[in-house]
Amino acid sequence: MSDKPKKAHKGEQGHGDGAAEHRRLSVLKTYKLYVGGKFPRSESGRVYEVTDSKGTWLANAPRASRKDARDAVVAARKAFGGWSGATAYNRGQVLYRVAEMLEGRRSQFVQEVADAEGLSRSKAAEQVDATIDRWVWYAGWTDKIAQVVGGGNPVAGPFFNLSTPEPTGVVAVLAPQESSFLGLVSVVAPVIATGNTAVVIASERSPLPALSLGEVLATSDLPGGVVNVLSGGTAEIAAPLAAHQDVNAIDLAGAGEELAKELEIAAADNLKRVLRPQPVDDWSATPGIDRMTAFLETKTVWHPTGALGASGSSY
Amino acid sequence: MPTTASSAAHALTDVTASDGSLRRFLHGLPGVDTVGLEARAASLGTRSIKTTAKAYAIDLAISMVDLTTLEGADTPGKVRALGAKAVHPDPTDRATPTTAAVCVYPDMVATAKEAVAGSGVKVASVATAFPAGRAALDVKLADVRDAVAAGADEIDMVIDRGAFLAGKYLKVYEEIVAVKEASGAARLKVIFETGELSTYDNIRRASWLGMLAGADFIKTSTGKVAVNATPANTLLMLEAVRDFRAQTGVQVGVKPAGGIRTTKDAVKFLVLVNETAGTDWLDNHWFRFGASSLLNDLLMQRQKLATGRYSGPDYVTVD
Amino acid sequence: MASAMASAFEYAPAPESRSVVDIAPSYGLFIDGEFTEAADGKVFKTVSPSTEEVLSEVAQAGAEDVDRAVAAARRAFVKWSALPGSERAKYLFRIARIIQERSRELAVLETLDNGKPIKETRDTDLPLVAAHFFYYAGWADKLGHAGLGADPRPLGVAGQVIPWNFPLLMLAWKIAPALATGNTVVLKPAETTPLSALFFADICRQAGLPRGVVNILPGYGDTGAALVAHPDVDKVAFTGSTAVGKAIARQVAGTRKKVTLELGGKGANIVFDDAPIDQAVEGIVTGIFFNQGQVCCAGSRLLVQESVQEELLDSLKRRLSTLRLGDPLDKNTDIGAINSAEQLTRINALVEQGEAEGAERWSPACELPSSGYWFAPTLFTNVTQAHTVARDEIFGPVLSVLTFRTPDEAVAKANNTQYGLSAGIWTEKGSRILAVANKLRAGVVWSNTFNKFDPTSPFGGYKESGYGREGGRHGLEAYLDV
Repeated sequence: MSDKPKKAHKGEQGHGDGAAEHRRLSVLKTYKLYVGGKFPRSESGRVYEVTDSKGTWLANAPRASRKDARDAVVAARKAFGGWSGATAYNRGQVLYRVAEMLEGRRSQFVQEVADAEGLSRSKAAEQVDATIDRWVWYAGWTDKIAQVVGGGNPVAGPFFNLSTPEPTGVVAVLAPQESSFLGLVSVVAPVIATGNTAVVIASERSPLPALSLGEVLATSDLPGGVVNVLSGGTAEIAAPLAAHQDVNAIDLAGAGEELAKELEIAAADNLKRVLRPQPVDDWSATPGIDRMTAFLETKTVWHPTGALGASGSSY
Repeated sequence: MPTTASSAAHALTDVTASDGSLRRFLHGLPGVDTVGLEARAASLGTRSIKTTAKAYAIDLAISMVDLTTLEGADTPGKVRALGAKAVHPDPTDRATPTTAAVCVYPDMVATAKEAVAGSGVKVASVATAFPAGRAALDVKLADVRDAVAAGADEIDMVIDRGAFLAGKYLKVYEEIVAVKEASGAARLKVIFETGELSTYDNIRRASWLGMLAGADFIKTSTGKVAVNATPANTLLMLEAVRDFRAQTGVQVGVKPAGGIRTTKDAVKFLVLVNETAGTDWLDNHWFRFGASSLLNDLLMQRQKLATGRYSGPDYVTVD
Repeated sequence: MASAMASAFEYAPAPESRSVVDIAPSYGLFIDGEFTEAADGKVFKTVSPSTEEVLSEVAQAGAEDVDRAVAAARRAFVKWSALPGSERAKYLFRIARIIQERSRELAVLETLDNGKPIKETRDTDLPLVAAHFFYYAGWADKLGHAGLGADPRPLGVAGQVIPWNFPLLMLAWKIAPALATGNTVVLKPAETTPLSALFFADICRQAGLPRGVVNILPGYGDTGAALVAHPDVDKVAFTGSTAVGKAIARQVAGTRKKVTLELGGKGANIVFDDAPIDQAVEGIVTGIFFNQGQVCCAGSRLLVQESVQEELLDSLKRRLSTLRLGDPLDKNTDIGAINSAEQLTRINALVEQGEAEGAERWSPACELPSSGYWFAPTLFTNVTQAHTVARDEIFGPVLSVLTFRTPDEAVAKANNTQYGLSAGIWTEKGSRILAVANKLRAGVVWSNTFNKFDPTSPFGGYKESGYGREGGRHGLEAYLDV
């Protein structure tokens, strides 16, 4: 991936200097995709090197193919009925559970974010804390968003109707490239809080926090397929997703200007809802509701009311 | 097509076998959506009936009027005047059709018969302890026999709304059957007092109940309560007679009564008939207006069409 | 049809008077508060679809005119957006009132230019047009309370392209929220129905609306395309076909333009065995024969529970036999003319395909006028999901009848379409209404009614029926920078 000469794995530094005391050899993690609640390797069998900000080798991440993207869409579609049909309260509980699970693995994520983004441990810790808090924030939104953006409409006539937000469906999410964890969760959580299911393309350069998040989600009562995490070339994976007829929306947060335009054009084929990339200076700022409403449909249901009896009408 | 009600029960015999089966049948009829029904009635009310169509409709409406007086203060003189008006609604124009009938209390039937003798105008009599219907069955039947004996061609009975609302459908049914029998050759109009039944579902059920029991006509109201005939309840009853004939082959008439005062109103009802039950009902054998002041408005509109100028109340008779 | 029945009660002709409307022999473009010829001098004719009579000759806007109109709207935007909301509101209230005052004239005009019955323009289109302006007028000085931020800002110049099926109503849906939120507009009416938009320009004049706030550019698809593509347009609002909607979505890719698309549909009208049957029949008729079926949210697929199919179809056919087709200006006409020869060709082609694919075609006895564009109310039975007439939007008075056995199957069939605009549910069981409505992927669901509209209610589709909502509080969002 990088032209720079690769350094050895961080955990192995000091190895081979002939020192008498042999430090324990650490067990490396094989990072895998997270699709349909399972952890497959890429069906293509490809991986790519992931390094830290200084170019040191961190891991080999799966390089997902268009077929992995396809599988992820199938998983997301399969999960949509159950997740969108779950009570908002239940979704809130699950999202809160994600925060709980993350809290327990805080130090792991601090390390991964520090490596991924070249941050000091304390800066990385701020990112992870903000990320955990973000899950809590969205956990609280699940059963309120309908009250905020839906409502009754005072129609003229013997009818009443209600407008209710409903999830758009399967949303492809291009996670931000720079903010590998806080940015990622800031775009994924609002999508699923409202009942959508997501196919997420992790930051291309820094996919490891995203892949590890998959492990957290798998143990957080989140039904398999609600969030699917793919790593690899953003453009390569995004193209089939943008063109996929069974994807309902796409968040282009992680796309550059040119790629975003290409994908938006492809997305027009089935009129996907497109959230264009917007500059974000500070992912830790309190989000508004825009990222939720971008992937909500408004359904308005009419009912006749009429009089209690047959005595109301005249001519 | 069969024109008597005798085979009606035949086609649906099982239905009236018990209170339970009757209830299940009536409650199994399709529901009525209030808003949709009223919207349809209102929509038909926007039909624009002009020129030749209006002339046709006015004459048809006149011929369908059951010219009614149902007052405690009715006297032979009043009834004779009414009869004269029914026979010659517009003394200045002998081409004006007669009304269908005059409608009076039983004790005025003989007087009315005399007044319309030889004209073809029928005499209808309310009976069965009209308008409340709160009397013993024997009393009601005596009331009917009295009217028939006096020469009534048609009997306008009221159902026992209390029994209906209490869910005693078989009681209501059996009472209608008994009245029908007592009516003999007189045609029986069954008044539901739709304003008291209150819901459209009830009106649909009452319509079927009445038809099953042998009604020759189903009629909305007595004219004595707050809400009488409306386009919506009449539309609903027209649907009922239409469906009843489709199912049994028996044609039943409809009579909206009370509250229909203008030509415009009457024409709207005729549009309802035309576009719901169909042309077979556009005849005073199958459709009536229970009304009194309506006739004069029809006559004034008729004069207007004939002369091109608006008429006034001094040019029609006040009887 | 009625005329074929042996009816003694024949309704005499009851035509609405044409004299209430004065159509000029020619109209210009309306740019910067003035009527003007097209830069290249092009004109086109607009005809009455019921008679093929030429009503007027209208200037046809080209790219240069789009430039002029957008520039005028941009100039006007500065002052218009800076105006206190309460002042903008009063302009809109004025417009609403003038529409009410001139509603008979506009109804007749719309019927002449579109071919739809006067009963509909008089009782549906015009009242809704006025109501829409009234509704959004009230929002103009209350935008901070709409839940879209304390002081939401307008976007700038809105390029709006509207269809021919509800010319003035679609104009209202586009212009009222745009102006209330402080935007200025350039609107392109459909080439077959430009007149009511041009009369609206005159209403703007009567209301004293500042020049350039509303610009009207009659023209064909290329005019619309130029407007959508114009770099100085900030907002695109389109109502029309899904194919054009997709082209617009591609066109605006990579730009800042905010877009709302209100596109095609293949609405399912679901009738359960416990439906209020007479009202359901009325709802089916309203669903597919209102405006000759040329309605994006038409209930063009009837899904009837197999156990009541026969009874329902008998009732429906009997009811269709009472529909009155003919002179749209006649107050008793239920079914008017198809809007254009082109649309009639499209309907014919799809109906022929339906027959070729084995669906069973039925129409009531019906005499069609000898001139103009007409199509008899038509039912297709023996239709399955695989038939073209069950999948493609016909946009005409053609109903495809399908059956289902269970609520699950009804929902699955209703949702089995690339569209997602409207649906109907007919049942007397309240919980079933809620359960089914919840599962339908459609932006508007009518239970025990159909084709009801109100300015307070958001309208718009799921999936390929487009995105964004028009109407109600939701409709503001499309015109604000939020």
